Amino acid sequence: MTGGNGNGKTGSLIQVRRIDKTYQRGQEEIDVLRGLNLDVNKGQFVAFMGPSGSGKTTLLNLLGGLDVPTRGSITVASDEITHMSRGKLTEWRARHVGFIFQMYNLIPVLTAFQNVELPLLLTNLSKAERKKHVETALTVVGLAQRMNHYPRQLSGGQEQRVAIARAIVTDPSFLLADEPTGDLDRKSADEIMALIRTLVKDHGKTVLMVTHDPMVARQSDVTFHLDKGVLVEDAAHLVAGEPA
Amino acid sequence: MKFSSLIFANLLRKKARLILTVGSFAIALFLFAFLAVVRAAFNQQADVASADRLISRNHISLSEPLPLSYYEQIARIPGLAAVTHFNWFGGIYQNEKNFFPQFVIDPEHQRQVMPELVVPDDQWQNFVHDRQGAIVGAKTAKRFGWKIGDRIPIQNSRYGPLSTWDFNIDGIYHSQNPGGDETQFWLQWDYFEEKVPQDFKGRVGWYTVKLDKPDSALSVSNAIDSLFDNSAYETKTETESAFAASFVKQFGNIEGLIMIIGSVVFFTLLLVTGNTMAIAVRERTGELAVLKAIGFSDRTVLFFVLAESLLIAVIGGVLGLGLSALAIPGLGSTLAGMLPPLNLSATILALGLLASLLVGAVAGIVPGIGAMRMRVVTALRRI
Repeated sequence: MTGGNGNGKTGSLIQVRRIDKTYQRGQEEIDVLRGLNLDVNKGQFVAFMGPSGSGKTTLLNLLGGLDVPTRGSITVASDEITHMSRGKLTEWRARHVGFIFQMYNLIPVLTAFQNVELPLLLTNLSKAERKKHVETALTVVGLAQRMNHYPRQLSGGQEQRVAIARAIVTDPSFLLADEPTGDLDRKSADEIMALIRTLVKDHGKTVLMVTHDPMVARQSDVTFHLDKGVLVEDAAHLVAGEPA
Repeated sequence: MKFSSLIFANLLRKKARLILTVGSFAIALFLFAFLAVVRAAFNQQADVASADRLISRNHISLSEPLPLSYYEQIARIPGLAAVTHFNWFGGIYQNEKNFFPQFVIDPEHQRQVMPELVVPDDQWQNFVHDRQGAIVGAKTAKRFGWKIGDRIPIQNSRYGPLSTWDFNIDGIYHSQNPGGDETQFWLQWDYFEEKVPQDFKGRVGWYTVKLDKPDSALSVSNAIDSLFDNSAYETKTETESAFAASFVKQFGNIEGLIMIIGSVVFFTLLLVTGNTMAIAVRERTGELAVLKAIGFSDRTVLFFVLAESLLIAVIGGVLGLGLSALAIPGLGSTLAGMLPPLNLSATILALGLLASLLVGAVAGIVPGIGAMRMRVVTALRRI
């Protein structure tokens, strides 16, 4: 796994090559990301840190196919997503990306089960198969007993677990987590991080996470710092090294 | 349908708002059905008017009479199958609310000119031989519970001093035309002529002419009017449908009024529903963005918004039309003296449902397209 603004290596799950992202604000052009390269291997847990406005969420949005770079290319499992049409990108997201948001973003009028089932509605699975997948995902996050509860009947930590179950239920290629513990107390945050670590270690999930919290970032395999659109690998945080 | 739980959950999210919006639809559709029924009732006469009949009336107005002596002259015009005459009796049965149209008829030619209004032969013969006899339409007979042999007193207030005339119900007629008028009450010309004061004798209200061929309508009507040009009683002859339409216009531009009210109601409904859907979509911007993020396509998101809007429209529409189906028969009875008979037809129900769906679709399409075009990144930033 490599990162930064030089050339990356080939054969990774995610390959980002010289991407720029520029926003237009009135007459002014704002360079959010500049010539960024990144390689992430399957099963890695990568954290991105940096001050507000450094481009962390923008990078996550580009990796998740929610936005497109101004220049450069992003390849995920041999799919070059940079030039996909909006419709194709939507289909690609459904197959390859699991999203975990800071505010959980569950649908309040649906139960935990129904929330987790949502991504499966886009597949050809039967109702019985969907049920099986949802129950498995909720069991993984430890909420099988609460599947009929509505979000308002769950704590913040439990809501985030449901959101994680929703993210993993289709077995996507990788998970994108934008400040997953940002709205939680320390205890709940630790539980969520333990869960994410389990997903990485025991289930081989690839996770890319944005966080402001150094304690949370320390649990990742590698932490990158983004500063003014440039990616810098934090050698001090190469905790577990690259997976085998 | 695998998306149904999400659609229904969203629909039931704000119950008070749902009830108010569905209620608006129900009231609007009830009003639509009522107005459509009233319009249909007024147009019914023109709709069932025969293409091969002409009405010849006094050129000045319908309320001015024509001489009975015109009968022979009109009957001699080529191209006619038969001629008959009518007078408006306008009597009161018990009280003015019990209105029904009463006509003085010429029994000798009535059935030749109006063959679609069928009276069984034995009843007709009883009527012909009974000077005080009357034939009544099936609806009016049902309305008042009259049966053959009943004696009906009707107060005359138009012809001379106030007086009560008694009639024997000798027969009941039915119309062979769907939606044909079955509310009339016919009395004998001879009885009428005998009872009215001298000033009214020998005067008929109008002549109805049955043509050999419908395409001779123009030439025959010109021939009749030419015959009485420059006389004391000039005629105005027109087709039965034109006559029926001009009769309805006496009440004012009912059709125009109904169209304006209906349009305002639906436009208001469109604003109410459109606003409801716009608010619903705005409240759910974040949720829709999440759905898009996890792979729901723009079209599916549009479908969710449209489905919700159409469901509101269908529920409200069915409620309103159901309510009208229950209430209009009762309203028709209450308004029997003031309005023609009210019939809620399947066509009106279908049109109402179609109008509901149209309003639902239009109300949902703008916020739906907004949701469809929404950029996920921008929407997520707002959460």
